[in-house]
Amino acid sequence: MSQTATTRRDFLCVVAGCAAAATAAGCSDLTHTRWFRSRFIELSPDQKERILAELLEENRKKFPPDKQDQVVLSGKDALPGVEFGYALDISRCVGCRRCVYACVDENNQSRDPQIHWIRVLEMDKERGIDFAHANPYYDTDQVPREDHFYLPVACQQCRNAPCVKSCPVGATWHEEDGIVVVDYDWCIGCRCCMAACPYGARHFNWAEPNVPAEDLNPNLHYLGNRPRPKGVVEKCTFCIQRTRNGRYPACVEICPVGARKFGNLLDPNSEVRYVIEHKRVYVLKAELNTRPRFYYFYGV
Amino acid sequence: MTTARTFFRFVAGSLRLISRGNALYYAWVALLLVGMGIGGAAWWKQFHEGLITTSMRDQMSWGFYIGNFTFLVGVAAAAVTLVVPAYIYQWKPIKEIVVFGELLAIASIVVCALFVMVDIGHPERFWHLIPGLGFLNVPSSLLGWDVIALNSYLLLNFVIVTYLLFTLFRGKDPNKRLFMPLVWLSIPAAIGIHTVTAFLYNGLIARPFWNSAILAPRFIASAFCSGPAVLIILMQLLRRFTNFTIRNEAIWKIAELMAYFMAFNLFLLGAEVFKEYYSDTHHLIHMEYMFTGVQGHTAIVPWMWTAVTCSIVAFLLFLLPKTRRHVLTLNLGCVLIFLGVYLEKGMGLVIPGMTPDTLGEIYEYVPSGNELRLTLGVLCTGALLFTLMVKVATPILLGEFRDRP
Repeated sequence: MSQTATTRRDFLCVVAGCAAAATAAGCSDLTHTRWFRSRFIELSPDQKERILAELLEENRKKFPPDKQDQVVLSGKDALPGVEFGYALDISRCVGCRRCVYACVDENNQSRDPQIHWIRVLEMDKERGIDFAHANPYYDTDQVPREDHFYLPVACQQCRNAPCVKSCPVGATWHEEDGIVVVDYDWCIGCRCCMAACPYGARHFNWAEPNVPAEDLNPNLHYLGNRPRPKGVVEKCTFCIQRTRNGRYPACVEICPVGARKFGNLLDPNSEVRYVIEHKRVYVLKAELNTRPRFYYFYGV
Repeated sequence: MTTARTFFRFVAGSLRLISRGNALYYAWVALLLVGMGIGGAAWWKQFHEGLITTSMRDQMSWGFYIGNFTFLVGVAAAAVTLVVPAYIYQWKPIKEIVVFGELLAIASIVVCALFVMVDIGHPERFWHLIPGLGFLNVPSSLLGWDVIALNSYLLLNFVIVTYLLFTLFRGKDPNKRLFMPLVWLSIPAAIGIHTVTAFLYNGLIARPFWNSAILAPRFIASAFCSGPAVLIILMQLLRRFTNFTIRNEAIWKIAELMAYFMAFNLFLLGAEVFKEYYSDTHHLIHMEYMFTGVQGHTAIVPWMWTAVTCSIVAFLLFLLPKTRRHVLTLNLGCVLIFLGVYLEKGMGLVIPGMTPDTLGEIYEYVPSGNELRLTLGVLCTGALLFTLMVKVATPILLGEFRDRP
């Protein structure tokens, strides 16, 4: 499939190039630049490498001079035998929002306009999970408030993801390890996925994203936290730049009460497997059949 | 070769036609150009600063552009289907109804495409949608289907109209066996574009307000009210300013048929209102936001009651034979139903569908000034296109613009 697509594109490129009397070699250069190419999953390893190198140079310039040689831009594939899953203990979460800010720092989310991949909702204990009466703008100085509990929501990494289904250009897809990713260089910004997502997990760059150079995280992944252009959609990637290298997502690491568990669903000894086996888990909006890889549970 | 040369004369003659006219024509075109200029400036600003220049945000990720898009798909669909009654009731100006209906469809579809282009974050990446060159995600993406449906419909109408007008320009009779099948094909295609556009919303499980099985029927019913309203007004203008003979009976018949669709449209709305209010689930909140406001957020409420009032008054005016045959009440009804459906589709579909958002937050959306200016520009572009096409088509249909080799 990817082979035919590339060949077809090469052919069209030749046709377009003829007007400029382009040689076959010159044309192939044109094909493989960032601006005229296929989706990231369709690229050959060779093309990926070239695009990553080009992007790395471009992104380096966004960092302060003393940090530029620390910048890494990975395109690392999913590890074999891994399917990531997440579990969040509602009875422990105190609503401190540290996960929100750790996520912003780790994933280079725009500070102004502000983008948060995690949204923590304050809910009435008496109402249970009731989005219509939830408050996302509560004051963290007061938490945990009496008679309230807290529900953090980010991308649920659905197995039956409405966002992936709705994208007209295939700019968002499931990776082998279950992470739903966006190719920021392919997204046309139509926002169908945002209309389709039942969890408000997708965010649009309404303006040029703005992160102070000294605050940029230099450990980048193409499908994750690399600086985004304006006019494209972004979302939680389970910290793809960390988790594919055996680390925890930033939100798991920061959580002061240990409410967040993460691991490989295919590994019987993983923490997330333990939660699924020994606690009773549930998923948000189960009636929509999105089948999330993100579980909630009551640990205590 | 001769055909090519004749076609060249056809194009050159058309250009001559659109560059000449009376003072009223020039004033109208100038007005539209000013509107386009305002829209162009707004678009330039939006292109450079991003969609932050609109009032759309993550909580309300589609807005006025997509609402207008949806409304105009309806106009495009309904315009062409007037061929059916024209054929059944043997109206004399059947050819004219076909041509003007399809011209309106072409202009509307072009405007639809423009609304999508101004709404997307990366319009320069539109080629990602072209199969072969990019990647069109069909069958799973409904926007993918909509791209196919709308472009096919545009092409179909363009071919029919160009064939008809060019043949008449050459002083020949159009081959009915050649173009009538295409005209008949354009009717299911018209229903198709509006159905696919409805499915674009309908298929979204995250939005209970749209996830209703009668959404597509409601789209069709409301489109059959607003589309013909434009054509009724246009026919009267043509009758007044040119030598067209359009019989009153044809106009009254259209008005009568519109009354049935208006009744059906109101019935479907009533069915939806009953289901939501009687069930009283947490999905009701979207309709409450629309009709009564939620937690003091009432920005859209007056608009929605205006829409309902317009639709009911227009229905009554068109229901009574006396008022639908009177020139004043007929046109008042046309304006009211057009306005009613415009508010219903342009605002009453998208805004309550996304308010509150999927996590329950209420972000009160009111289009920004830049958004309104850009919308004005796009609508003016469509109006200009339609004006120019009518300017050429009219003398051809009247036999005044003929080939003189």
